[in-house]
Amino acid sequence: MEERRIRVLIGKPGLDGHDRGAKVVAFALKDAGMEVIYTGLHQRVESIVNQAVQEDVDVIGLSIMSGAHIPITRKLMELLKKEGLEDRLVLVGGVIPSKDVEVLKGMGVDGVFPGGSSFDEIVSFIKENAFRKRKMAGGY
Amino acid sequence: MGVATYIKDEKDQVKEVILQSGIKVKPVYTPKDLEEVGFSYQEDLGDPGEFPFTRAIHPLGFRSRVWTVRQYTGFGTPEQTNERFKLMISHGQTGLNVAFDLPTQMGYDSDHPMAEGEVGRVGMAVDSLKDFQIAFKDIRLDKIGTGLTINAIASVMLAMYQAMAEGYGYNKKEISATPQNDILKEMVGRGAWIYPVEPSVRLIGDTIEYSVKELPKCNPVSVCGYHIRESGCTPAQEIAYAFLIAFAYIDEVRKRGYEAEEFVGRFTFNLNIYGNLWENVAKFRAARKLWARLLRDRYNVKDKKALFLRGIFGGGGSGMTKQQPENNIVRGAYYALTAALSGAQTTALCSFDEAYTIPTPRAALISLRTFQILMEEIGLRDTVDPLGGSYFVETLTKQMEEKILEEMEKVERIGGMVEAVKTGYVQKEVAKQAYEYEKKLQKGEVVKVGVNKYTEGVDMEVELHPYDETWAEEQIKRLKELRATRNNKEVQRCLKELRVAAETGKNVMPYLVEACKAYATVGEIADVFREVFGEHKEPSIF
Repeated sequence: MEERRIRVLIGKPGLDGHDRGAKVVAFALKDAGMEVIYTGLHQRVESIVNQAVQEDVDVIGLSIMSGAHIPITRKLMELLKKEGLEDRLVLVGGVIPSKDVEVLKGMGVDGVFPGGSSFDEIVSFIKENAFRKRKMAGGY
Repeated sequence: MGVATYIKDEKDQVKEVILQSGIKVKPVYTPKDLEEVGFSYQEDLGDPGEFPFTRAIHPLGFRSRVWTVRQYTGFGTPEQTNERFKLMISHGQTGLNVAFDLPTQMGYDSDHPMAEGEVGRVGMAVDSLKDFQIAFKDIRLDKIGTGLTINAIASVMLAMYQAMAEGYGYNKKEISATPQNDILKEMVGRGAWIYPVEPSVRLIGDTIEYSVKELPKCNPVSVCGYHIRESGCTPAQEIAYAFLIAFAYIDEVRKRGYEAEEFVGRFTFNLNIYGNLWENVAKFRAARKLWARLLRDRYNVKDKKALFLRGIFGGGGSGMTKQQPENNIVRGAYYALTAALSGAQTTALCSFDEAYTIPTPRAALISLRTFQILMEEIGLRDTVDPLGGSYFVETLTKQMEEKILEEMEKVERIGGMVEAVKTGYVQKEVAKQAYEYEKKLQKGEVVKVGVNKYTEGVDMEVELHPYDETWAEEQIKRLKELRATRNNKEVQRCLKELRVAAETGKNVMPYLVEACKAYATVGEIADVFREVFGEHKEPSIF
């Protein structure tokens, strides 16, 4: 049986309105055969998590350019735990200084892709890990 | 980014050069090229300071007046921003350009849940008039012009600037502010919108109308091709979209019974420089020419000064790279050179560390020095439009003019800019191009030094401008004190009157000035508009 397509939610949390990166990655994931849902700008983390539940996505990608990636991601991870969505693959992209990459991973983020990351890296990371993580957790 | 596509043969010889706007560059240009594009000195150039102003808007260019340097500045609390303003002025900066934090840009007070983690981060936090009083303390507001980089609530910030200046004893007639105030480009690029398209455009109309009557030295709108280009469009589209946005604002004010001639001279432009030098120079020269012609032909503008395309031509952040960050100093210098060769009235650069975060004082000073070196050491003040008459540059300028007109026509065919933004047409165009460009970059079809060629593996770490969470605490403390000590009855009265004005279509500006003077907060004022106007919904582009 053919595996279903990977479903990805791309979220723009908070007030930052720079969405070139988010949109470009959305196009790339679509071209790689994934289903992509884009939240649009100015989202509360709560609303991103709600959309993740409703859309039953395998992957949640946040795009943050303002520098507020640590408090925002911390909040996302807390809410995912609360909702029992710890089996979803979480990615963070945007303006992320290298010293913060480990901080984010320490919070449970699976992959960090700062500006300049290649589409290939992102696509293969998702393809390798999205279903694996959900299956391992027994959720899918 | 923004570099041209080069097609080479196996010997690494360049076979074809295709600029981002789609124009092919030839290896050699001669007088024959000028003939072919129908170039005429009188029609296409004119002397500097003469219609159609292709060469310059002033007859003596930088000889009579050197450019204004207006580095984008602001962070943390108003006290810190005030200190940085004074630092930059003491080092020879001649204008200010205020960066606001995102909660302020989005009309939230610092203690709103949406503001969490963002207070003072990418700009200065402003909750009320009190913050403006601190930020502009001891700055000569009759001598220095101030850009206010804010859009959705630019009307509020312009009113607050007036209220602050009057409180310091200045007359509103002598202050000079340029609120960015271009909401349509926020909806295409940058993303700091709040209200739906129509009421947003109406607020811009209110600020223009009010400035014409009450603030003779203010430039109420700075139309930004800059951010649309940052979002991915070509240089030709940048100008085309900026002009169409400007037309939307002109039409809004004309609806109120004004002639374009009465106010359009107050418009300024904010345009972008990165990538190919020649394409940029041709873009600016073509833009000056077209703007003057279009205003004359479409809006019957006759006053010479009202036909000037004035603006800030600034080095674009998209050109800067995270890799090998010191290279950005070099890039910045070339962008500044481009601005000078293009006859910029005002300029600014993204600093070398801005691919990481807002600039450190050292990085901001290097940008300022870059401009000073150009004007003081390299000879950019010597003569006006030094590239004028070049076979290549004049041919390219004519070709850019055609390209800009083509792009304008595409949008006008679907009903103009307001329509194109509402349906998402422009957003889609821009995002698609950003994607195509990114693919080319990743495949190495366009070269970016240090990114996809000449890479070094490990990049140096830059010193980062720090963010301190106590700024938010300090700001919130001041806000709470303010709410407890101001005359809340007066605040309520002002907000009520503002609401009535917003609902009945009256010009909101005088009511905003009153509300600011009563120390109503940014969030309270923005909420009045939220309740009356509602909020913008992004059209889907996927």
